[in-house]
Amino acid sequence: MQIVNYLSASAIPIIILIIIFYGIKEKKKIFDIFLEGAKEGIKIVINLFPTLIGIFLAVGALRNSGILDFIINLISPITNLLKIPSQILPLAMLRPISGSASMGVAVDIMQKYGTDTTIGMITSVIMGSTETTFYTIAIYTACIKVKKIRFVLLAALLADLAGMIASVIICQVLS
Amino acid sequence: MLNAIWPAFIIISFIYALVSGNIEQTSNGIFESSASAVELTITFFGTICLWNGIINIAKQTSLMTKLTKLLQPIIRFLFPELKNNQKAKEEISMNIVANLLGLGNAATPLGLKAMETMQEDNKNKDTLTNSMAMFIVLNTASLQLIPTNVMAIRSSLGSNAPSNIILQVWIATVIAAIVGITATKILMKRF
Repeated sequence: MQIVNYLSASAIPIIILIIIFYGIKEKKKIFDIFLEGAKEGIKIVINLFPTLIGIFLAVGALRNSGILDFIINLISPITNLLKIPSQILPLAMLRPISGSASMGVAVDIMQKYGTDTTIGMITSVIMGSTETTFYTIAIYTACIKVKKIRFVLLAALLADLAGMIASVIICQVLS
Repeated sequence: MLNAIWPAFIIISFIYALVSGNIEQTSNGIFESSASAVELTITFFGTICLWNGIINIAKQTSLMTKLTKLLQPIIRFLFPELKNNQKAKEEISMNIVANLLGLGNAATPLGLKAMETMQEDNKNKDTLTNSMAMFIVLNTASLQLIPTNVMAIRSSLGSNAPSNIILQVWIATVIAAIVGITATKILMKRF
């Protein structure tokens, strides 16, 4: 576990080091380039904000009304059997459909159960290792006006499912 | 899709709250949710802008082209039908590298260009080719070296070690990608 933490902790400084090293080697104006990129980040955050408000409203309503607990209790026999924490189910269901919606749900789960608990870790790993499948397929096929997507949705959802099951198992084994 | 899900969530919740007596808590929650969206957005400004800046440096050096060359053998295995389409292969590898570096904004335009290049050689213009199918599945598998967004959320929420998920994310992503690639290779022969 300590080795895992050490590797995880050193990954980012090492990647930043490599990037900066390349910038210096090729005599780039590193700081100007950095500022340019950081400015683009502002746009991303501003575009995300309205979605966050909308999703927090809907997910907060689900949680505060008590209906989420009701549904979780209802399906817990099945999830207990598979050893999946039922708290992550809303995330697993929304993840392929909407990136910002699933991010809102992930924040909600981690606020309630903590970021460094097993549930919080599973939530983080699912968010990091899966993609908004429906959206991705939609833009990649729409741009060339393809109608028949054959088996692509099936293969992509299988990959998502495998990623989610793997996230649950890895976090439970390593915690 | 969210146009259907979002109102459904709200209607079901509010009706359930009215019936079950949780209405006061639900009412307070409405305004709390907008406040926490504001708080989260403010912390996002820090983390997301920081990463965009760092990644922008990577984008403007030869790091991208170096990584693209490293990918050649993998590309050859995944896209055997693109043997002679050098342009498509280049665009595909650049898209994968951009994804690996967490450059979602750069990856998508590159990916769309690769789709257009592959479409030129496509005989049935309304149907995906095997290579296109493989390429889309790869893009839905979220191959990523640094899960920057998740780390941003984790540190915003007060995590003791926001980056402690990287190794787990790598393993889960690789498993998802292997399943996606295998499924694609099998299914492309039947459908």
